[in-house]
Amino acid sequence: MATKPLCFDEMLNEDGTPRAAYASYHKWFADQDSPRLKQKARDAEEFFRRTGITFAVYGDDEAEERLIPFDIIPRIVTARQWAKVSRGIEQRVRAINAFLQDIYHRQEIVRAGRLPVELLEKNDAFVSQMIGFTPPGGVYTHIVGIDLVRTGPDEFLVLEDNARTPSGVSYMLENRETMMNMFPELFSNIRVRNVSDYPKNLRASLSRVAPAACTGDPVVAVLTPGIHNSAYFEHAFLADQMGAELVEGHDIRIVDGRVAMRTTQGYQPIDVLYRRLDDDYLDPLIFKPESVLGIPGIFDLYRAGRVTIANAPGTGIADDKAIYSYMPDIVEFYTGEKPLLQNVQTWRCSEKDSLGYVLDHLSELVVKEVHGSGGYGMLIGPAASRKELADFAAKLRAKPANYIAQPTLALSTIPIFTNSGLAPRHVDLRPFVLVSPDRMEITPGGLTRVALRKGSLVVNSSQGGGTKDSWVIEDD
Amino acid sequence: MLGKTASGIFWLFRYLERAENIARLIETGHRFTLTRNSGRQDEWRSILSALGKDAAYRTSHQGYEAAQVVDYLLRDRNNPGNLRALIESARQNARTTRTAITRELWEAVNECWICVNEALRRQVREAELPATIDLIERQTAQVRGAMENTMLRNDGYNFARTGNFIERADSMARLIDVKYYVLLPSVSFVGSSLDNIQWETILRSTSAYSAYRWLYPGRASALGIAEFLILDRRFPRSLAFCYGKLTDNLRHLAMSYGAQSDSLAEAERIYSGFASLTASQIIEDGLHEFLVEFLRVNRNLATMIEQEYRFNS
Repeated sequence: MATKPLCFDEMLNEDGTPRAAYASYHKWFADQDSPRLKQKARDAEEFFRRTGITFAVYGDDEAEERLIPFDIIPRIVTARQWAKVSRGIEQRVRAINAFLQDIYHRQEIVRAGRLPVELLEKNDAFVSQMIGFTPPGGVYTHIVGIDLVRTGPDEFLVLEDNARTPSGVSYMLENRETMMNMFPELFSNIRVRNVSDYPKNLRASLSRVAPAACTGDPVVAVLTPGIHNSAYFEHAFLADQMGAELVEGHDIRIVDGRVAMRTTQGYQPIDVLYRRLDDDYLDPLIFKPESVLGIPGIFDLYRAGRVTIANAPGTGIADDKAIYSYMPDIVEFYTGEKPLLQNVQTWRCSEKDSLGYVLDHLSELVVKEVHGSGGYGMLIGPAASRKELADFAAKLRAKPANYIAQPTLALSTIPIFTNSGLAPRHVDLRPFVLVSPDRMEITPGGLTRVALRKGSLVVNSSQGGGTKDSWVIEDD
Repeated sequence: MLGKTASGIFWLFRYLERAENIARLIETGHRFTLTRNSGRQDEWRSILSALGKDAAYRTSHQGYEAAQVVDYLLRDRNNPGNLRALIESARQNARTTRTAITRELWEAVNECWICVNEALRRQVREAELPATIDLIERQTAQVRGAMENTMLRNDGYNFARTGNFIERADSMARLIDVKYYVLLPSVSFVGSSLDNIQWETILRSTSAYSAYRWLYPGRASALGIAEFLILDRRFPRSLAFCYGKLTDNLRHLAMSYGAQSDSLAEAERIYSGFASLTASQIIEDGLHEFLVEFLRVNRNLATMIEQEYRFNS
């Protein structure tokens, strides 16, 4: 490679030799001829197009279906590295559930002076109707995605928690299918941990939190906002893979005190509703009255133990970036342990000293809205023009509590395959976690997102990011 | 199965059947313009009538020039039921019924949409028309193949077939009605060339040309053709055949749900009516009136199915 990488590259040492995790893969790769790989890269795209793995992007005019670009070079971590990461994730997810249980009950963490009460009281994601209610099995976040970034051989940091409705798991599954289709020989030679049980485990996990009213085998359904939602493919995919129905608000009615779906043989009760719909739209009687996507009256039935909603309403508060900045304290408070996974250093602009620092160093920092997601509404200081910096500074001064800031990290890179060979690009990793009353399952690997533009740190698919298959390989 | 899903599969196969009918009619019309010197524009007009689109066509177009009619049927935005839009609707329905159709079926529909959409991105030049029609027919055949080979024979399959044969019966009856005068002995000039052309056209546009020749070599007659298209249970597009399939599938549905079915009773009533009919009797009583009544009861049956199986809330 012409330029020496400035960041930790997960595949190659600085001298260009492969790191241990990539030893077998790199040996295989060196034997491949470039035209064949180029053909495979095109085949992969064709495979995604044919199977309809797309997401919708809304322009001014009409919705357009796009493919998320897929890169054929996998992300590889060793079982040893993974064991360490997954212990950290387990601890963090345990803490998030305990935190949610606490803030909707006695709020011990506030009483102990470890979290300012304003972060709860003034937070739109705090759902007061959850106060005093414990969901079945005490599980708040049935499905969690923890976004990790890596800065060195053993440095994995948490960038973001997704406790509301994390998406992307269908890409994790389809990326693997694609890779096995393209390069079966790799999977015969390298022992890659399987991810394909995820839908089965998801169903089992949801079945374990059936409501009190459930008699017999729990009926699970996926609630989608509809075909125009950008993640509709994933909703349909998961319902299909789980053998569950995919329902919309208008398929559902309350019949005899149960949430029931209109089938060809009449209304049938649903026990567990895996909703891919934000809290605000869930129940027009409680939240947005104009919502036509949700189910009027579902919240009362939920509290009465007639249906389970996964994830529980009000879990989104754990995704809040102001709450995030307290996550190390939260982990310690509820587990009594030091956090195994660290946060990225974070300045809360609500604090006067921090705000001053952030304003002075804006061009070096990444500034995010506390309630934002998907990479929208953020400032990447080093990439911003003087005018953008000045505009953002004004926004910051006007509403400082709305923002947090983080240093521009030296995110790890993994090469992508380009027409002119391998080229390092920044990546993150979203492992998926299933939580049920008696266990937690972390799928080995997760979704690797990659910024396809050289030097870019933005991996979001809505902003031109791509994905890679993510392998956890057995140690030899 | 969700009522919405049943509806989605039912309509997926209605759209697909409708698209195939359009393709076949264009193929016939095009052949007609190549082989005959007169009556070309009339032929395109009768094709539009058979599809129930003549009036709508005339609000946005003048004349029945072949290229213009073909474009109208294939991709013109003035025609909301153009073939490209139908395939897109079929694909949209497949997307919303992913939990009830096999991966193979979904991929076949998706690929059909990708290919047809691409082929109809621009107006199809006459030189490319046969290849384009061929592509459409092959793509839709692959969808049918995927369904036959992979779908479980359960309620989903029955809804697919039901939608398919409701649509087919509807389009057959319309097509015969547009040409009904050709089948009337009183106005047919037996042996004249017009006669033969019209018969050939009606047989070709229903994919019946070779089948009919096998069964009745050299014995084309108005009565024989009417009998074949309406009553022959061996011909997979005849009205009687469609109703045989409709009763089979509605019976399976009723049996698997263990319930009484009004739509089954109605389909059986219509089907048994065919058994006691002959073509000469139909023609004597009025072919046009027969077809108008048939279209009404067929539409009515579709509505009964929709209600019985809760397609809509």
